[in-house]
Amino acid sequence: MTTFTDSATTALQLIASFDAGLLAIVGRSLAVSATACLLACAFGLVAGAWLGAVRFAGRDVLLALLNTFLAVPSVVVGLVVYLLLSRSGLLGFLGWLFSFKAMVVAQALLVLPVVTALTRQSVEDAQNRHGEQITSLGAGPLLRSLILAWDERYALLTVLIASFGRAISEVGAVMIVGGNIDGFTRVMTTAIALETSKGDLPLALALGLILLGVVLLLNALVGGLRRWRERRDGAGLGDVVPA
Amino acid sequence: MARDWAMLYRLEAADVRFGHVAALSNINLTIQTGERIALIGGNGSGKSTLLRLLHALVAPSSGQVHHDGSQAQAMLFQRPYMLRTSAVNNVALGLWLRGKRWRDAQAQALIALQRVGLGDVARRGAKTLSGGQQQRLALARAWVLQPQVLLLDEPTASLDPHAKREVEALLAELSAGMTLVFASHNLGQVKRLATRVIYLEQGRVLADLATSDFFEGPLLQTQHPEAHLFVKGEVS
Repeated sequence: MTTFTDSATTALQLIASFDAGLLAIVGRSLAVSATACLLACAFGLVAGAWLGAVRFAGRDVLLALLNTFLAVPSVVVGLVVYLLLSRSGLLGFLGWLFSFKAMVVAQALLVLPVVTALTRQSVEDAQNRHGEQITSLGAGPLLRSLILAWDERYALLTVLIASFGRAISEVGAVMIVGGNIDGFTRVMTTAIALETSKGDLPLALALGLILLGVVLLLNALVGGLRRWRERRDGAGLGDVVPA
Repeated sequence: MARDWAMLYRLEAADVRFGHVAALSNINLTIQTGERIALIGGNGSGKSTLLRLLHALVAPSSGQVHHDGSQAQAMLFQRPYMLRTSAVNNVALGLWLRGKRWRDAQAQALIALQRVGLGDVARRGAKTLSGGQQQRLALARAWVLQPQVLLLDEPTASLDPHAKREVEALLAELSAGMTLVFASHNLGQVKRLATRVIYLEQGRVLADLATSDFFEGPLLQTQHPEAHLFVKGEVS
């Protein structure tokens, strides 16, 4: 119990003191995970929407593979990216290993199946309910999938939160490809792992509490945005035509 | 061979199966341009599937469907789906999908909404409109595409009597000059709007008569007893 009390106190002290080292770690964590999510969403939303709305031979196999990738451990993703980016790897010429970019690539690959699978499910449900009506208006398969995804945008905000949560909370991949270099590739989760191995449990737990606080704040912001937009659409003021 | 310009659809031994379930069986049908056809029958008789087959939303499992592709068609559903955006954007979408610039599509959509009496709610969220208003919006969404063929799947089934009358009046007005094929349980509506009635049961066409022959005279009772029983049951 003392550990938890100490941790909470330490966390509050760190936040209150605006510790530069801590702020840098939090900022780096947010930057890595947000960039990775943006990259994963750019591809995953379109791919998921397409998979949800279009039927083709081999789709079931593709879905089984996609769902399998949901369970891939982050250390395995880290290992694959490490092998690709290492000096003798396929992408070794980029020189990205132990850098911000390598962590972004690893996290993007980690959350890509999450974004794709959840978007696919959301769009497929929409397709089953009213895909025919969109087709009836003249939309081909790709446009139909994008229209359905756009119409499910509030549900897809949850996908965004889930993928960001997965990215910012993972430790294995960024540890392997980032190397946990102080002031360079150290993020919240790798810092927590380091402090734990050093035996400074209160500080490790304090960092954990801050991580949770940051995610909670982001969730609240996205939730607020979602409710605001839904209210606006309900009131009908969101999309207007020129007078 | 000279082309039959009046022929709009010709179905030859068309079957539609969903897995092991036969939704339509051996449908042979010709629909001419300008006809106003009502599809009637109990739930699960195949009315909606036949409309979807005509609108190419489902493909025949066997048999053939010939369609004069030069005739633009639009379809209205029993529960029209409204996208989470304004009424006018819902109407404009179909035009945009047909290549119109978004601004032009919106301007044209606004005119269509005014035509169906929804001009004052054009900027409101489509999902906030009442059932009757949504069906009128759906009618505007179909009408704005300037179809020559209008397919309707029980367009007034889920509406209250007042909204039902409104939508039907609008439908009669807007569909003037179009080929109309509609599914309905409302025999009064069938009498008012249709010139030909097709009765379906378990995915088969059991009667196909002019409206006057269907509802009056001995033809239905003597030649199509199942349809006669259905009509009696629906009317009584």
